[in-house]
Amino acid sequence: MAVADRIYLREAPASALPAPVASTGLLGWLRTNLFSSPGNIALTVICVALSIWIIPPLLRFFIFDAVWSGADREACLPTAQVPEPGACWAFVRVWSSYFVYGFYPVSERWRVDLFFILLAFGIAWLAWLGAPRRDIGALYFFIALPIMSYALLSGVPLLGLPEVPTSLWGGILVTIVVATVGIVGSLPLGILLALGRRSAMPAVRLLSVTFIEFVRGVPLITVLFMASVMLPLFVPERLAPDKLLRALIGVALFASAYMAEVVRGGLVSIPRGQYEAAGALGLSFWRMMALVILPQALRVTLPNIVNTFIGLFKDTTLVFIVGIFDFLRTIEAARGDPHWATPVTSVTGYSFAAVFYFICCYGMSRYARNVETRLARAHRR
Amino acid sequence: MSDPSASATAGGEQGKWAIEIAALNKWYGDFHVLRDINLTVVRGERIVICGPSGGGKSTMLRCINRLEDWQGGRVIVAGKELTDDPKQILAVRRDVGMVFQQFNLFPHLTVLENCTLAPIWVRHMPKKDAEELAMRYLRRVKIPEQAAKYPALLSGGQQQRVAIARALCMSPHIMLFDEPTSALDPEMVKEVLDTMVELAGDGITMLVVTHEMGFARQVADRIIFMADGQIVEINEPKAFFEHPQHERTRLFLQQILH
Repeated sequence: MAVADRIYLREAPASALPAPVASTGLLGWLRTNLFSSPGNIALTVICVALSIWIIPPLLRFFIFDAVWSGADREACLPTAQVPEPGACWAFVRVWSSYFVYGFYPVSERWRVDLFFILLAFGIAWLAWLGAPRRDIGALYFFIALPIMSYALLSGVPLLGLPEVPTSLWGGILVTIVVATVGIVGSLPLGILLALGRRSAMPAVRLLSVTFIEFVRGVPLITVLFMASVMLPLFVPERLAPDKLLRALIGVALFASAYMAEVVRGGLVSIPRGQYEAAGALGLSFWRMMALVILPQALRVTLPNIVNTFIGLFKDTTLVFIVGIFDFLRTIEAARGDPHWATPVTSVTGYSFAAVFYFICCYGMSRYARNVETRLARAHRR
Repeated sequence: MSDPSASATAGGEQGKWAIEIAALNKWYGDFHVLRDINLTVVRGERIVICGPSGGGKSTMLRCINRLEDWQGGRVIVAGKELTDDPKQILAVRRDVGMVFQQFNLFPHLTVLENCTLAPIWVRHMPKKDAEELAMRYLRRVKIPEQAAKYPALLSGGQQQRVAIARALCMSPHIMLFDEPTSALDPEMVKEVLDTMVELAGDGITMLVVTHEMGFARQVADRIIFMADGQIVEINEPKAFFEHPQHERTRLFLQQILH
């Protein structure tokens, strides 16, 4: 080999050139993402075909052929002109206040509306990361809001709010109450259980492990049955707590066992050095957890926490089994109404429920994604 | 910055010894990691601990703020004996700063927040005072301009200097350094060592586990050589490097100083 081939010295700097057109822009994107190989082309074609097959009939049923108004079933029945009518939204419109409030007395429904507004305000305050005074927001959400909500919904005769027994509550109101109490109750309880499971004290550890494994080992329905059927066997009827309250406690305890495992996963992922550095600075156990370990652990587990929330939100439908009228149960009841007996009533009702649950769950999921990317950008690890 | 709580606990008459370790024995399972360690460190003394890895250097250092516990012996720091009592442990840790090999900065907090966390929550200092204090120490380690950044954006050397500033913000009487430069890229070792040399001029009690023999020669009052969980030799730097007494020390020095 000649000497010139082994030794090299750059004489002129290589200047940057624009990228080839085919690799950038719309064309480049299409080529690399949709048509890069025969397999990819086949997949693209199949996906387009599936969309063409599925989407137009759905649009036709739910929007173009749908019946938007009417007083009873006549509006939604097949006729000579419309042999296949679409979704019967008129049914949903007529029953909508029942779907939202259940049997809550009509004259008192403003209280439910006010509750929804107060709750939305609290959620917005906490969820908006740039909001002012989020510490007060947390106090509002976790302390003031529960008290106000209880007073509003249940009633305080002294303040001129007549009592409304929970047996009259129903619909979206109940679903939101059960989900919120479950979510708000399960997170702190789950954190405590997770810490307990990793505690150095064997008694605390044993208690936490027993609770977590026992609750995770039985279906939610069992927990609900236990709460609503077994409890009155041990406690005299007049001392037994309200039926809805029992279900709320059951749901919160059930969710906290799952939450505990999720949080534990986050705790395990925090390097030992973080504990040691916090300890070496003289932080006590609770301060170390609250200021150093949990902020990092919860951040890591945020996707899993939201996943648990979403599961919990949908699990709330199971409370119907102990006779509580949640949103899905109200639809179930309404679709049996003979005034609205049509071939499309059930489909419409269930679709409405699906849309409601999807919007709530997808909202949580999107929010979690946003927070994740924001945090990832801020504190790249 | 005079800290009333610090001087109150340490007291004017805490005794002559900053640290007293007596007959310290520790086992990991069946493995005897620390064997009959006896050491007294005078206030203001600067001690470098060296020796082959696995010799118990870090373990001994970590006993001084009870990051490790032990099965036999006593450790008394600034007149306070370390027992199982968590209050006593926290009291000692407040006055003993520690710098780790892996920096261990809190990644979810900015540089400034890393420094103010303990002063605010342990010393109950108002936030504004804590921030002033933190900025003073960040200037001292020469990175005040990084205060608003998150640790992940800093180089290793900068992170370690933040870790030193974070420890200093608690106005400790004793600083423990556990191989502070071992995890750094070679070109960053100097900036950290310079910071430590400057600190050594302040009269703070320092115990440094390190392989940086140049630093040891320049700064140490005494050098401790540890191997197999025992203190093999304690000597002054000049004698340590020029006339090591023990065979193990000679062998070790031959291997690291070529």
